[in-house]
Amino acid sequence: MQDVNQIRKDFPMLNGKMMNGYPLVYLDNAATTFKPQSVIDAVVKYYTDETCNAHRGDYELSAMVSDAYEAGRQAIADLIHCESKEVIFTSGASGSLNLVAYGYGRKYLKEGDVILSTEAEHASNILPWFKVAEETGAVIEYIPLDEEGRLTVENFKKVLTDKVKVVTFASVTNVLGYIAPVKEICKLAHEVGAVVVVDGAQAVPHVAVNVKDEDIDFLAFSGHKMCGPTGVGVLYGKYELLEITDPFMLGGGSNARFDICGNILLKKPPFKFEAGTPAIEAVLGLHEAVKYLQKVGFDYIEKREKELRDYLVSKMQELDHIILYNANADTGIVTFNVKDVFAQDAASYLNTKGICVRSGTHCAKILVNVLETSETLRASLYFYNTFEECDALVEALKTTTVENCIGIFF
Amino acid sequence: MSELLKNPQILREIIMDHYQYPHNHELTHSDEYLSVHMASESCIDDIHVEAKFDANKVVDVRFDGVACTIGTASTSIMTELMIGKTKEEARTIIAEYYKMIDGQAYDEELLEEAVAFQNVGKQANRIKCATIGWKGFEELLNESEKEHE
Repeated sequence: MQDVNQIRKDFPMLNGKMMNGYPLVYLDNAATTFKPQSVIDAVVKYYTDETCNAHRGDYELSAMVSDAYEAGRQAIADLIHCESKEVIFTSGASGSLNLVAYGYGRKYLKEGDVILSTEAEHASNILPWFKVAEETGAVIEYIPLDEEGRLTVENFKKVLTDKVKVVTFASVTNVLGYIAPVKEICKLAHEVGAVVVVDGAQAVPHVAVNVKDEDIDFLAFSGHKMCGPTGVGVLYGKYELLEITDPFMLGGGSNARFDICGNILLKKPPFKFEAGTPAIEAVLGLHEAVKYLQKVGFDYIEKREKELRDYLVSKMQELDHIILYNANADTGIVTFNVKDVFAQDAASYLNTKGICVRSGTHCAKILVNVLETSETLRASLYFYNTFEECDALVEALKTTTVENCIGIFF
Repeated sequence: MSELLKNPQILREIIMDHYQYPHNHELTHSDEYLSVHMASESCIDDIHVEAKFDANKVVDVRFDGVACTIGTASTSIMTELMIGKTKEEARTIIAEYYKMIDGQAYDEELLEEAVAFQNVGKQANRIKCATIGWKGFEELLNESEKEHE
């Protein structure tokens, strides 16, 4: 059994920081997460004791860093159950999703082909496909969400035709926090020859993911949402798909040979996708983050988030002036509004109590049609949050009124 | 300056009032008006501002859209302040308002009810809310002067 107080000691950001005279209560983990000391140490160690480029130079230091970089790749492969050559390091989930859209989608989609997605997607997983559709003549169609905003197999079947070439969706949505039935969707999509792109930015940090078992074709996620550094993310792709996917960028490190006539011989995946010097320290830090999460254990992480979430939701349901949009969600995302208070006003008020929540449309701007509200507040929990922090939010919500929101300016 | 405008309780009520019952809060969509869409890049404030000018005079200013308390109330007060002023007077008031938001010395008399936003600048993330309507009107003012060149 894990002790949350022990866990919190690993995170400098959780060591008694104050905000506006109150203990800092960080509930914006869907945006980014805090880093344990081991991750910070790995980043600092690279700059203090190990600085040099990876994959370059015939000297010991470079070989050491190259090995450490590749060990990071292996750690990611073990985490999501694939081979290390199927792991591409990118700048983040957005970089990964753009790579699939431009390197695969733009190359293979044709006029009349269908890209299936949902109205709950983050901008990073819909805007690149808008562009692909515009350039190829493919069309984007949306899988209808059910009344709670969930992606269901039943609704997916209704819109799946043999014209569908790409199916792309978040396996955990960033606004509503539902877990999508990935395995079933992959199976059905493959039956019509479609490729499945999964935005795992909100999934990989919170639930165990197995790309082989679920038969996912492409999976994108970010390092910084799973206790790792910013500036690094991952694109997993089945190796045979990576072989036929074009790189997004060309440059040093991605080619094996090139000549003055413009002939380029690219390296094999994953290296053909990693032109230029990567965020080496971020990969080393991400490796430590993976180790940390595995030490804590995904069983614990899932269980803990669910307990916190159920507690927070039950307390919020006792308040008459709180509107909950996803009371039945599967992960630590709680999306709500305070009746008659504009979300941004409420977020500013909560900030004066030391509480960090997000207001807005959370980069999923077309979802407003489903929620029928222009903006919401979002509290997103991680395993290091506490019941006391949930209480602090609930107490502050009790006094969240328009008058008090204006009162913060006086 | 009225003593009332020094009382925080009154200032709060001014903001509250303009938020709940915004003035000039309906667009005309008329050809006689210039119009601008202001969508904040950092938050959801998303408003349209319309203004009608006659030679050197601000005849009417209107707005509509979705915005927070500060965005709505500051735009509502701005419309009241601008209507009936000359363009030059309008520009002076706008400049004083920006000075206040920026934490510099400013002319309280000119700003009237807009002094209610004197502390908004202390919360950097809300400065855009307090200026979105003002910047929209300023764009229309610039546009109207271009037309006459």
